Amino acid sequence: MNKYTVAVLVRNQFGVLNRVTSMFRRRQFNIIALTVSETESNDYSRITVVFAGDEVNKDQLINQLYKLPDVCSIRELNQAESVSCELMLIKMANKPESREEILTAAKAFDAKTVDYSREAMIFSLTADSTRIDEFINLMRDFTILEICRTGSVSLEKGGITIRQVTNL
Amino acid sequence: MLLSGADIIVKTLIEQNCDVVFGYPGGQILHVYDSLYKYKDKIRHVLSAHEQGAAHAADGYARATGRPGVVIATSGPGATNLVTGIATAHLDSVPMVAITGNVSTAQIGNDSFQEIDITGITLPITKHNYFVGSVDELQETLREAFRLAMSGRPGPVLVDVPKDVQMAVCEYTPQAAVLPEEPSAAKDIRIEEAASCINSCEKPYIYFGGGLVSGEAQEELLALAEKIDAPIGCSMMGLSAIPTAHPRFLGMQGMHGHYASSMAMHQADCIIALGVRFNDRVIGDKTRFATHSRIIHIDIDGSELTKTIHSQYNLRGDVKITLQKLIPLLEKKERVDWQSTINSLRVEEKSYADVREGMTPKNVLEALNGCLSENTPVATDVGQHQMWSAQYLTFKKRRKFISSGGLGTMGFGLGAAIGAHFATGERAVLVTGDGSFGMSLQELATAVSNNVPLVILIFNNGVLGMVRQWQTLFFEKHYSGTVLERKTDFVGLARAFGADGRKADSLDELRAALDEAFSANGPYVIDCAINKDEFVLPMLPPGGSMDEIIVKKEGEIV
Repeated sequence: MNKYTVAVLVRNQFGVLNRVTSMFRRRQFNIIALTVSETESNDYSRITVVFAGDEVNKDQLINQLYKLPDVCSIRELNQAESVSCELMLIKMANKPESREEILTAAKAFDAKTVDYSREAMIFSLTADSTRIDEFINLMRDFTILEICRTGSVSLEKGGITIRQVTNL
Repeated sequence: MLLSGADIIVKTLIEQNCDVVFGYPGGQILHVYDSLYKYKDKIRHVLSAHEQGAAHAADGYARATGRPGVVIATSGPGATNLVTGIATAHLDSVPMVAITGNVSTAQIGNDSFQEIDITGITLPITKHNYFVGSVDELQETLREAFRLAMSGRPGPVLVDVPKDVQMAVCEYTPQAAVLPEEPSAAKDIRIEEAASCINSCEKPYIYFGGGLVSGEAQEELLALAEKIDAPIGCSMMGLSAIPTAHPRFLGMQGMHGHYASSMAMHQADCIIALGVRFNDRVIGDKTRFATHSRIIHIDIDGSELTKTIHSQYNLRGDVKITLQKLIPLLEKKERVDWQSTINSLRVEEKSYADVREGMTPKNVLEALNGCLSENTPVATDVGQHQMWSAQYLTFKKRRKFISSGGLGTMGFGLGAAIGAHFATGERAVLVTGDGSFGMSLQELATAVSNNVPLVILIFNNGVLGMVRQWQTLFFEKHYSGTVLERKTDFVGLARAFGADGRKADSLDELRAALDEAFSANGPYVIDCAINKDEFVLPMLPPGGSMDEIIVKKEGEIV
């Protein structure tokens, strides 16, 4: 199974996220991450979907998305030609025996300490999803209290924009 | 001019050339009904007995004409009763506009009396739906709904209008009826690739479906077949698109399709698929389907090209104009060997033909064939009678066979037949079973009130025949839940509704009943006795391949 990232520009209308996710659910697409946000224009929202599957699944996902009248344009983003990142907050138990090791790892990953108390430390890390996975993996040696991730957002490199692609 | 939302709805419907709407009133749609009263000389409202019947009628209207059918219902249960009708239209890509009332915007979300989230409920069974939050958006939303319902691959669209939006007033600007989006052909390069594939093949076979009907490409289909000397088969949704008697037509294929048609597709080296979606009822086991054949798939919906079958040539575009571009690129061929194979398949099919006398499904439907004019729409319900109708009825003109294919909705037929009558002005026919008829028979009231000339032929075998056939074949004759043991007197029932009817236990009685039915002024029910052990044959076992086709009942001599 491969991972694919697809950016979808949709009309900024009430219920549009529901329409998109309802289609994913009823056609059983395996969604790993999904983000929605406003864009440079009030008329549009942008959805970034990361999902697992094969080439056929990917074609289906894109073709099914095109059938939704609220979808304006779709862009498949490959790793080499796009920039992606994600934000994570992770809350670690603050114990004297592990404190040093956790702080060292956080420093090595450029994770920011955003909260520090007797019981816990919270780090924020903005990076690509793989790097975040790696940091979480390291932290599994200690006591993770909570994790919250935003899911990946992506833009294509260079001057190309998603609005240059129109819904067929 | 300043109009209320309710008036805008009705004026916009009239503007869209909608001459008849089907529906059922209720608290949250009362204002629209008041407007229907006001404009009753311009638009006819047909009151159903149940909202589901109204939805099927709008569907039947659309299937018979290609124009969007319109259904109106109130909020809550009125709206939920439409669901099966909308889903039926969705699965068969039928253009429909459903308008529902809802509680006032201030009450939305409070579980008010008869409030239901119908846009949420119908999200997966509509092409699109709208909740109209302001009267200012109403007319444009309705126009957009019509445009969407008809454009590309057609389908149902629902517009939910809260009561206060129906009451609010705004400026109405009349406009011409909307047109569907301009269709486009597949890419030239794809058409060229497909042409060279067809030019190099030896055993081409054309398989078409409902997309050919909505794309109105029957002329192009026949021109294609003529030029490359290919036989033609279709899915159930394609029936009646070309005359049944056309010399190149082998009939419907698939689970209960014609033997010659299914086998020809199996033996072809190039399948040209037009407006079809390779449903499991057509192809059986997809891994063993057409393994020696290249497939050229033309469809307006790109998602169909990648969904079920891996076809080598995918052409996304309008089937009519794509064929218009494709045909000139093809070499004129005569295929003596392939045609002789087809002929021997036809001969073989004939040897399996049912030649029994008496009240067999085939003889009953042949008697009906004798009464059909080329303009008579024939609706069916779902089950054995539907498959027999698909196999034995003969049609000369398109959009005359009206049947629920994708969803397989029992109870579809009576409403659909009523809708088909209003669409065409013709006497309509419903072929149904005692099981299916039991699901929608209250619409007899609609047919009687509106004096609909309607011949209802009930295949009465006292069982749910299709399910029972599966139980006979695959469940060791455990007839669980399929024996009806009812004592319904269908002729008495027809009379109770104010219709006429007659029982037919022999072919002579049937012919006499049909004579009466086809000259009656209103609905006429023929209760036709059929043996419960009749099978629909041939049968491709579910998930099987064409090699495993069952052509005769066990114990019968071939």
